[in-house]
Amino acid sequence: MPAAFLEKCQLQTLFDALRGDGYQVVGPTVSQDAIVYDEIRTVDDLPRGWTDVQEPGKYRLERREDDALFGYVVGPHSWKKYLFPPLTTVAAADRTDAGWAMSTPAAAVPRYAFVGVRACELAAIRVQDRVFLEGPYVDPIYKARREATLIVAVNCTQAAATCFCTSMNTGPRCTAGFDLALTELPAGFIVEAGSDRGTALAARLPLREAGEQDLAQADEVRERAVNDIQRRMNTDGIRDLLLGNLEHPRWNELATRCLSCTNCTMVCPTCFCTSVTEVSDLQGDHVERQRHWDSCFNLDFSYMNGGLVRNNVRSRYRQWLTHKLASWIDQFGSSGCVGCGRCITWCPVGIDLTEEVAAIRETAS
Amino acid sequence: MVANPWLSHTVRIAKITDEIPGVATYDLEFVDPVQNGSYRFLPGQFNMLYLPGVGESAISLSAHPDSRGRWAHTIRVAGNVTQTLARLGTGATLGLRGPFGSSWPIAKYHGWDVVFVAGGIGLPPLRPAIYHVLDHRADYGRVTLVYGARSPDTLMYPREYDRWKAAGIEVQTTVDRATPDWKGNVGTVTVVLDRLPLARPDRTVLFTCGPDVMMHFTARSALQRGLTAEQVWLSAERNMQCAVGLCGHCQLGPEFICKDGPVFRYDRLAPFFRVEGL
Repeated sequence: MPAAFLEKCQLQTLFDALRGDGYQVVGPTVSQDAIVYDEIRTVDDLPRGWTDVQEPGKYRLERREDDALFGYVVGPHSWKKYLFPPLTTVAAADRTDAGWAMSTPAAAVPRYAFVGVRACELAAIRVQDRVFLEGPYVDPIYKARREATLIVAVNCTQAAATCFCTSMNTGPRCTAGFDLALTELPAGFIVEAGSDRGTALAARLPLREAGEQDLAQADEVRERAVNDIQRRMNTDGIRDLLLGNLEHPRWNELATRCLSCTNCTMVCPTCFCTSVTEVSDLQGDHVERQRHWDSCFNLDFSYMNGGLVRNNVRSRYRQWLTHKLASWIDQFGSSGCVGCGRCITWCPVGIDLTEEVAAIRETAS
Repeated sequence: MVANPWLSHTVRIAKITDEIPGVATYDLEFVDPVQNGSYRFLPGQFNMLYLPGVGESAISLSAHPDSRGRWAHTIRVAGNVTQTLARLGTGATLGLRGPFGSSWPIAKYHGWDVVFVAGGIGLPPLRPAIYHVLDHRADYGRVTLVYGARSPDTLMYPREYDRWKAAGIEVQTTVDRATPDWKGNVGTVTVVLDRLPLARPDRTVLFTCGPDVMMHFTARSALQRGLTAEQVWLSAERNMQCAVGLCGHCQLGPEFICKDGPVFRYDRLAPFFRVEGL
C-alpha cells in the first residue's frame, strides 16, 4: 500500500473501525499531569495541544501553540503494562479429597489496539518478544496478549532532552513491527501500512492519496525529531566494557546517589523481572500464584540461603546497568536498552545511564 | 499449544527417609499414572516443589537416573517451604514442576578418571551422577569422591559408602570438626584434594557441588593440579522462582542459573563466580 493521507477530522474513523472490530483501543491520554496510556474512546481523549518537557529527574506537561494530537514523546507508562501485566495469576491450586489439584487459569485474553506507539517502543516490544517468546520457554500470558494486539505506531516529530534512540538504532522513524504507522502533519496524517492486517484496516478508512507536498512535509517533521536528539551513548564494545569493569570505582560513586527506589525498572519498557506471591482464601483451600513486577533494586530480590547476594546499592545498580546494556546481549542477542530515556527522566535523583557509561569508558581498565 | 511452564503436577510423598538432623529424603510419585510413567530426568537437574499457600523451592533430584515410578529428593530444612514440607507425612500431596536445567555430562567422559567433590548438602545433586558411574563402572578409570561436612554426624548417605567402595569408588570423607571417635580426615575438601594422587590430569574430570566458596577453592586446587578449567564442572545456586529464565532472579553475569545451569563448565562461570555481590 502506498503512503496515504487521512484528514485530521477523520481520525475518529480509525478508532471507530478498531472498536467495531472488537479491539479495546488504548493510547496516550493526560492523567495526573503526565501523558499515560489508558483506554481511548474518542479523539478528544488524546492529549491535544499538550507537550512534555523532560530532563534528568524532571517531567512537566506544557501547552503547545498548536492542536497537535501526538506532539510529545514517551511518559512513565509503556505498553508492557498491557502485554506483560504488572499483576497476573499464573497458576492455582485447590484442595480436594485426593489432595492438591493444580491448574493454570484460562483468563480471557484482551484484544488491544495500541494507538501511538513510538519507534523506541516498537523496539522495546521486539526486545520483550525475544525474552518471552523466542527462548526455550514461552510465557503463555505474554504470547496470548501479544498475538491479539494490533499496533498503530506514530512517528516522532520532536524529541525530549532525555531521548537517545539514534544511539541505540531504534528510532525515531518507525520501520517495522507495526500494522499502521502515522506521521502527524498540521492538516492530517500520513498513513503507512506495515502488515496485511494494517493494509486491510487502511482500506476501510477515508484515505486519499498522499501528495508529493504531504510526503515532503512528513520527511521534514520526522527529520526534526532526528535533529532534536542531543543525547548520545557510545555503544562500541559496550558488553566487554561493562562486564570487564565490574570493580570500577564509578559503581561506588553511583551508590552514593542511587536511592535503589526501583523507578528505573518500573518505567523501563523492557525490564521483565517478576516474583510470585501465594494468595489463598481464608481456609487455605484455594490458592492462587500471583506474579507481579519485581525489581533487581529490591533488597530481597537476590535472597538466597539465608542471605542476600546483592546486599548493597552498588551491587544492585551494577546488576541493573550491566544486565540492561551488556549481559542482555549474551542472553537475547540485543541490548536491553532502546534509548527511550524513561529511566533518566523518572530517576528521582536524575541518574543518567548515558553519563555513567561514558564515565566508566573514560577510565576503563 | 505451548506447554505452560507454570503448571505444577500433583505428586504424593511415597516415602520419607531421615538422613541427618534437618535433612530427609522424600520419594515422590505422580498422582497421574501417565505422568508417573513418562517422567525422566538427567543427573544434576532440579524440580520446583510447590506447597500451595507457602511457595516453591528449587530442589535437585538425588534419585537414581533410571528411577521409575518414584523419585528421591534430599531436602534440608532451610526456608518456609522446606520447613512446611518437614511437617508433612507420607501420603501428603504437593506440586512439582520439572525437570529443569542442565545436567552433569558424565556420560561424555567414558575412559576418563573422575573426581567428585561435594560439600554438605552438595552431595545429593551429585548422587545421580555417582549412581550412573556405579552402573557403568567399567566405562571409567579411577573414580574418587571427596566429601566434606561440618562434623561426622552430618555426612550424608553414610550407609551407602560401603557399597560405593565395593563397586570401585574411592570415598574420602573429611570433616571441619572431628569427634573423639573420628579417625578420618579433618579439614576442607581442598586439603584432601591437594593430596589426591592424579595419575593423568589431562584425562581427569572433576564435578563439584557445594557452597560457592568451596567450589571456588576446589576449582583453584584442580587447576593447580594440572586440570584445565574445561575439565571442571560445578553446580551453582541462586534464588530461583520461575525456573525457566523468565523471572530474572537467578542471574549471575550473563547466565540464568536455572536454564543455562545449574551445571556449568567452570571456564564459563569463572569470570563472574566470585565477584562480590554479582
